[in-house]
Order: sequence, then structure tokens, then C-alpha cells
Amino acid sequence: MLQDICTVFWRDWVVLKRRLPKFILSRMVAPMLYLVAFGWGLGRNIQVGSGSYLDFLVPGIMALNSMNISYNSLTPLCTERIYHRSIGEYIIAPMHFNAFIIGKILAAVLRGLISSAIIMILALAFGANLTITPLFVGILILNCIIFAEVGFFAAMKMDSYEELSQVNTYVLLPMSFLCGTFFSTRTLPEVFRWFIDVLPLTHTSYLLRGISTQSPVAMESVAVLAVYAIIGFILGSKAFSDQLK
Amino acid sequence: MIKIQGLIKEFQVKNKAKKTVTKRAVDNLSLHVKPGEIFGILGPNGAGKTTTIRMLTMETKPTLGEIYYNGESIKKNPLEIKKLIGVVPQHINFDNDLTVGENMELHGRLHHMSSEKRKQRIQEMLDFVELGDTINHMPRSLSGGMKRRLLIARSLIHEPKILFMDEPTVALDPQVRRRIWELIRALAGKGTTVIITTHYIEEAEALCNRVAIVNKGKLIAIDTPEAFCKSLGRITVEWDDADGHQYQFFESRQEAAAFAGTLEHGAHIRRTNLEDAFIELTGRKEGV
Repeated sequence: MLQDICTVFWRDWVVLKRRLPKFILSRMVAPMLYLVAFGWGLGRNIQVGSGSYLDFLVPGIMALNSMNISYNSLTPLCTERIYHRSIGEYIIAPMHFNAFIIGKILAAVLRGLISSAIIMILALAFGANLTITPLFVGILILNCIIFAEVGFFAAMKMDSYEELSQVNTYVLLPMSFLCGTFFSTRTLPEVFRWFIDVLPLTHTSYLLRGISTQSPVAMESVAVLAVYAIIGFILGSKAFSDQLK
Repeated sequence: MIKIQGLIKEFQVKNKAKKTVTKRAVDNLSLHVKPGEIFGILGPNGAGKTTTIRMLTMETKPTLGEIYYNGESIKKNPLEIKKLIGVVPQHINFDNDLTVGENMELHGRLHHMSSEKRKQRIQEMLDFVELGDTINHMPRSLSGGMKRRLLIARSLIHEPKILFMDEPTVALDPQVRRRIWELIRALAGKGTTVIITTHYIEEAEALCNRVAIVNKGKLIAIDTPEAFCKSLGRITVEWDDADGHQYQFFESRQEAAAFAGTLEHGAHIRRTNLEDAFIELTGRKEGV
């Protein structure tokens, strides 16, 4: 199983390595725009608690960015499944299906972490105060796993890029703005807030912000993320097995 | 070596009225393939050939029925059985983000080959299909014929005992097709069991030790190409009359010539081929 996971990861690593400079450059654009627009522009004179808006903003950007990168890392599987049919190589190989899912998720986590590291460096260059601990990295990894699983599930179930982009439009984009990334969910109407607070990105945003500002960590949020990750894996595994139908 | 018993595959499809209906792609198929033979599955488009191959290679699950490899059901130990088989799919399915060499390497890794063995076999197989100098090319830069040969090379890296080839020469020009036939013969010569689907009758006739003719998911007949022709009569007389194109089969050329002499218009006398048997059995021309 471990050998198969490494093989699947190896494939994605070969592709990533070839495109690494392009990948890094393209991943710098969105966070730089967020930092300039919301950190330097709109947020220059805003204080959140005892810190600057930039300090508040950076963990949110890291949460939403790791979500987007890990999700979009696995959506190309949709074309590999439908158009190139290269997934057939894995299906006929003597490997356990879960090895394929785990290998793909790990590759997406790597992309998510590289992207987060870029934001961290940019944020420090912009003058943000951040505390990075192993738990902070662990939460980021958990967030990447959850959204890689969402990407994997969507790639296995959707039949076109158009359908995949609808997940981006109707699920990821609203979450990017509403899940405590740019502002606290406490300002939202209560019913709406209850719904937003259930979503995984909200838990990630608050956890990262809490760790970054050295506040106590809400372990129930860690548990919620772990549950999302487990459910995501089960659904992904089922969706991959369904390819045999 | 391979035994199929009562294989059925059904799909849920939407009909014209957009209602979900069950379509039977493979209908109660039973046959066996002997070790070392080139076994052909011949049938028109939509006959269920690819679905049969996909079930045999465990890409899709049968709705009903059993598949045995060396007496062992695929349900028992699929991973061990997968080690025995190589697959040349109908659809060119390379990973377009990897080079030719990396595609081959991925296959070797998926079959748990050591690094040294992988390197050796990749070069050997690329040389076997005369693509040794394309190792650093991207698959999309290769011609259709080269891609087909590369599919064969990739399927052979792990030295499979059984090779499934799903329409390996579809849409290729005659020269490339014949080169692929030579490759298939060379493989069978080395003891590999080859199961090939095709709707080119001359391909089945030229390559296969035995042929199963399938139509609308059902096995129509199974025999050697020679036996199919012999069962009709070795010599065919073809002619056109008011009722259209006509055929009649005879045991000897003399009988055929005598019959042709009785016809008002000219007739063509030739050896009976697998196409004649196919038309007799399926009642339709290939690919119709």
C-alpha cells in the first residue's frame, strides 16, 4: 500500500517539479492582491482587537488559499477520468484503490503547503505579525486534506469542467468570503451565522487566527475538521469505487 | 487459463423519452481461452467486445457471472490476478503531463518493479516497438501509429502472461496495422496469451487461433477461422442478380465453377473467408 501511495505521489511530484517556478509565481498573485487591497488599502486604518487588520487577515487568506489550491489540485482528475481516461492505468494496476486516493491527497496537500508558505513569506514582507507553531501547520494540512477530498469527489462525480466550476462558484467562492476569512462571523445574522459556523473553512480560519495570535485553541474545532476529513475520505473512496460500475 | 461463465453486464441508460432503462451490453457469455493462444473476439460496433474486455481486466464489475484465471475467481484475489495481465486499451490513455519514459516508469512502478528492472524493461520495450528514441518526448507529439505501438510497449513492461488488446489497430493505416500484427505474433511466439477484440475480420483471420463471434452482447459461435470457413464450404461464388448481391458456398472449386456456369450473369469465384462466416452468422456486414 505504501509503495502504491508513493507511486501516485511520485506522478504528481514529477509534474509539479517540472512546473514549480510557474506554480510559485502564479500562486503569488491572488494573495498579493488580497494583502495589498485588504491589508494595505482597506485595512490600513482598521484595528481588530489589539492587532492590525493585516494580522487578522493573513490566517484567513492562508485558510482560503489552501482550500482553493488543494481543491483545484485534484479537479484535473475529472478530465483524466473522462477525456484522457488515464485513470484506467491505476484501475487495472495491482494496487488498492485507497492508495490512489491517499497519494493524490498528499500531492494536493504539498501544493497547498507550498502555496501557504508563499503567503507566509509575503505576509511577513508586508509587515504582518504571525506565530507559526506545529499545530498551525497541522491545521493547514487538515484543511488541505478536506478540500483535496472535496476536489477528488467532485472530479469523480462531475462530468464536465462546467459542472466543476459550479462547485467553485456555489461552494468555494462564498466560503472564501464568509467563513471568517476577511471578517468575523459574529457580525452576521444569527441563523446565517449558525450555518456558516458549521462549515470547515470557518473552523480553519478561527483555529489559524487563534494560534497565530497565541489565543487558546478550540479543540472541538480540530475535532470537527477531523470528522470532515474522515467523511471526505469515505465519500472519495466510494466515488472512486463507483468507477467500476 | 481464462474461463468465463454466464457473464452478464447491464447498464442504466436513458432512452429517447428520457426514462432510465436497463441495457444489457453482455448477455450470458461463456467461453474459455487456452494458454498461449491468440483468441479473437469479433463483432460489429456495439456488440459488447469492449465491455467484455473491461470485465476481464477488472475495470468494470459484471452484473452477473464468474471469471476465472487459472481456476481462481477474480473475486477472490483480484490484485494477484492483475499482476498477470497487461491491457492495451482501445482509447489512447497516456498521462499527457508525463513524457513517454515517465508514462512507462509509472506503469512499472504501479506493478511494483524494482528501479533497475524498470529501467531495463522500459528501454527493451521501447526498442521492441521501435520507439527507443522517443523516451523524452511528450505522448501528444507522437503519430497515431506510434501511440498505438507505445500502448503495446507500456502494457508489456511487467511481462504479463495474458495480454488484452481492445481494437489495437483501429483507425490505423495498413502498414502500421501489419507492423502491429507482427508484434502480436512475436508476443504469442514467446508464450503470451493474447485476447484481441476487433471488428476487422481480416485481422481476426490473419492473427487468431480461435475466434468468438459476438453480436448484441451474445456469443454467436466460437471456433478456428478455418473451421468457420470449412463449415460453410471452402469456395464461395458471388454474383449479382435482380434480388441483389448473392452468395453460395461449395466444397470444391469444380462444384463452384459448375454452378457459376449455370448463372446468366458473370460470377466471382474465391476462397471462403471469415467475413462470409461472420455475415452468415450475424446477418450483417462488419461495422454496420
